Amino acid sequence: MNGWVHRIRDSDLYWSFTRSKLVVVSAAITLLFFIGAFGAPLVAPHNPFDLASLELTDALKPPVWIDGGDAAFLLGTDDQGRDVLSTILYGSRISLVVGFLSVLFALVLGVGLGLVAGYAGGMVDALIMRLADVQLSFPAILIALLIDGITRSVIGQDRHSDIAVFVLIVSIGLSYWVHYARTVRGSVLVERTKEYVLAARVIGLPGPLIALRHVLPNVMGPVLVIATINLALAVITEATLSFLGVGVPPTEPSLGTLIRIGNNFLFSGEWWITLFPSAALAVLVLSVNLLGDWLRDALNPKLR
Amino acid sequence: MDPLLQVRHLRVEFPSRRGALTAVDDVSFGIAPGEILGMVGESGAGKSMTGAAIIGLLEPPGRISGGEILLEGRRIDDLPQGELRKIRGRKIGAIFQDPLTSLNPLYRIGDQLTETILTHLEMSPVAARARAVRLLEEVGIPAASERLDHYPHQFSGGMRQRVVIALALAAEPRLIIADEPTTALDVSIQAQIIGLLKRLGHQHGTAVLLITHDMGVIAETSDRVAVMYAGRIVEIGPVADIIKRPRHPYTVGLMGAIPDMSRKVERLVQIEGAMPRLDAIPSGCAFHPRCPRAIARCRAERPELLAAGSSHAACWLAGEVVHV
Amino acid sequence: MIAFIIRRLIQSVFVMLAVGFIAFAMFNYVGDPIAIMVGQDTPVEQRVQLRQALGLDDPAPVRFLRFVGNAVEGKFGLSYRTTEPVANMIAARLPATLELSLVAALMALLLGIPMGVFAGLYPQHWLSRIMLTVSLVGVSLPTFLIGILLILVFSVLLGWLPSFGRGDVVRLGWWTTGLLTVSGWKAILMPAFTLGLFQMTLIMRLVRSEMLEVLRTDYIKFARARGLTNRAVYFGHALKNTLVPVITITGVQLGSIIAFAIITETVFSWPGMGLLFVQSVLFADVPVMSAYLVLIGFFFVVINLLVDLLYFVVDPRLRAQDTTGRGI
Repeated sequence: MNGWVHRIRDSDLYWSFTRSKLVVVSAAITLLFFIGAFGAPLVAPHNPFDLASLELTDALKPPVWIDGGDAAFLLGTDDQGRDVLSTILYGSRISLVVGFLSVLFALVLGVGLGLVAGYAGGMVDALIMRLADVQLSFPAILIALLIDGITRSVIGQDRHSDIAVFVLIVSIGLSYWVHYARTVRGSVLVERTKEYVLAARVIGLPGPLIALRHVLPNVMGPVLVIATINLALAVITEATLSFLGVGVPPTEPSLGTLIRIGNNFLFSGEWWITLFPSAALAVLVLSVNLLGDWLRDALNPKLR
Repeated sequence: MDPLLQVRHLRVEFPSRRGALTAVDDVSFGIAPGEILGMVGESGAGKSMTGAAIIGLLEPPGRISGGEILLEGRRIDDLPQGELRKIRGRKIGAIFQDPLTSLNPLYRIGDQLTETILTHLEMSPVAARARAVRLLEEVGIPAASERLDHYPHQFSGGMRQRVVIALALAAEPRLIIADEPTTALDVSIQAQIIGLLKRLGHQHGTAVLLITHDMGVIAETSDRVAVMYAGRIVEIGPVADIIKRPRHPYTVGLMGAIPDMSRKVERLVQIEGAMPRLDAIPSGCAFHPRCPRAIARCRAERPELLAAGSSHAACWLAGEVVHV
Repeated sequence: MIAFIIRRLIQSVFVMLAVGFIAFAMFNYVGDPIAIMVGQDTPVEQRVQLRQALGLDDPAPVRFLRFVGNAVEGKFGLSYRTTEPVANMIAARLPATLELSLVAALMALLLGIPMGVFAGLYPQHWLSRIMLTVSLVGVSLPTFLIGILLILVFSVLLGWLPSFGRGDVVRLGWWTTGLLTVSGWKAILMPAFTLGLFQMTLIMRLVRSEMLEVLRTDYIKFARARGLTNRAVYFGHALKNTLVPVITITGVQLGSIIAFAIITETVFSWPGMGLLFVQSVLFADVPVMSAYLVLIGFFFVVINLLVDLLYFVVDPRLRAQDTTGRGI
């Protein structure tokens, strides 16, 4: 057990991590966010998703340090009486959950397709890669919107609200599988010609097994880097979709939804509904990005 | 005759995490007008750094930390960048190892030639173009006036190196620093390029500092040779002398390692060990840990270049005659 | 060269057909157009008649061909939401989006490239460091957030620029332009900047890193060794080599600006195609969605084609691959 801890402390990753104060700070912030978001039921003063607990008389209260503010609602309330602070926490939870799950979805789909394309070769490979190329020319937001629209049309608006989060995860995930697939396919093509793979085939190991046990570990580094970038993008995409009104249902607002609501009140003076969620979103995405940048540099053999 | 180039106690350092590393340590030599001086040594011995320092193209954070470089009697190592630029190409030219990457792929070679010519010499673009054609013909490129409008990728490796040589000669420099000019070429082409360099050197009276790890190339072309080891010159003298009667144990080892067609041997001679890294240079004589003849003084004091026959060797035992 | 053009054209046609196929699939198989168009009380016979009249019972290949034929003529059916012809709706809003995208792209290029060149030539300069930090922010923040922040500062606090609409527009034939009026320019400034910011930071970072790479190459070293002036080395050799790969990447990126307009148009209530698209998604208005898809696909294909041709013109090495080898 001891040796394991030492190995981490001595590793390059840890060294470059502690060297950059910026990275340590952003990691701390991200961690705080995670704790706040996932512990929302425990940490948040209110539950904004519990429709029964909302009172319209609490609506549009300013933050506590301004006249008219209420200590029960530290950062003010929105037009439905929801506490902005609590909604930020709960909303971040949704954003992070959607972000993670969609990255997972994209990763599994992309890595899987990449392995298949690289190993099968021929028509299968060509087909998958063509599909990837075509999809790459369209921005992810467009694809996510399309899938959302089709789903609404196919299963009807009401059923759509029920499973909106699920649809969101799938549509965001489907927008981002391509990079994983391409990278993995590239690695498979490279590793396929290497001697240890040829040796494995000579002794009769089946193709998929070789792919899983030998090729996959070699690819995980770049895949991890893509995943961190993906996470930030997924969070942004979810926020954008919610802002446009096609993301999470309005009864379970995420950060994007709050910002959209607040947008209507910018000119009438209730600026807090937009500003605080905006700041929260910005900080969250920035720290995830910084972490991703650091990870990318740390794993890049060229810079060592 | 006054030397064209004089290098005195040149020192090149670059700072690193573990303190300053010395890549070139107190190197002194001279090159006479029209002379071909070979500089031979293993990778990392400091040959390329010396060449880069002379032409003022050391990559930061490397820098000249000591010594002087004099061209035609005037110091050039402390010149501001603007003055140095005027010397480059006009007085001192350089060619590098890889002809493919030395030429800008997006420009026709005619344009690259005329650009160089017009930067240094006053003449009309038409005259510059005519001069470019002559240069290409001189380096042996057929159909020169047509090939002016071609791009680098339309030339083969050997032809490209000829173009590179033409570019280096475009402004008639007095000295050319050739850093591994044949290493990236096929063996058959190497001979042609070496011959070309030698011929052009004599025709134009251009001196050449020929940096290479290939002793054979030096033997073919150079008048004198300097042997470098761990950033220092360990032996310098006329080529025939150094080859037949090497004084420094390192040079002896180098010569011994060259297979001789006329003798039958069981094993090729190898020098034990390896050249030290820059952060672990031994005290005294840098070669002493690997030297079969090292004495106590070798570890304590770094030897200067002592006269030995018609050459100089940095060895306390240089006075003795060594049989190959 | 001609062979290359023809090959690319054929590829483009194939891509368009693929996109068209997806749009067709959406258009015809998603939801029941009849159920949406007529009321719930309509008797069955009338529905059947309607189906036949609209040709909805014909075999799929026939319907696909009809779809393609209609698309080429610009007919995309009627909107589920407003029952207007989709083509009219799009045509009314196309100029707004195209102008916005164009100005955004120009901003991205005219600001991004010089900044990138500067940051590449003087990487240690404090300005370069600031640019890098700001660019990280530009890449991280969601577009809509930036738009809202700009509105907060320039509309709410300072009151200098309008936060919605296009300002006064001038009609030129069927095109409406906001670029000929002062209020039009005031209105387009913030949206265009918001839309172009992401691309601008991408371009800046790309140009910077390309520049740094290029400055380390042997041919730059050789150019210096030949005593060429700094101007010739940096702005002649280095710049040209930097811009060539930048062209391809940014060209394709700029194409995606048209799609990213969706977000910006929503934030600034800009009456363009993007806003229309969002509304159509909310209402599951499939004809509009599929028409938008085809149109975007068309723009992408055209832009990709142009960028490929441009690359061909600029990089001599590509031209050589087409002719039979000529080196000695």
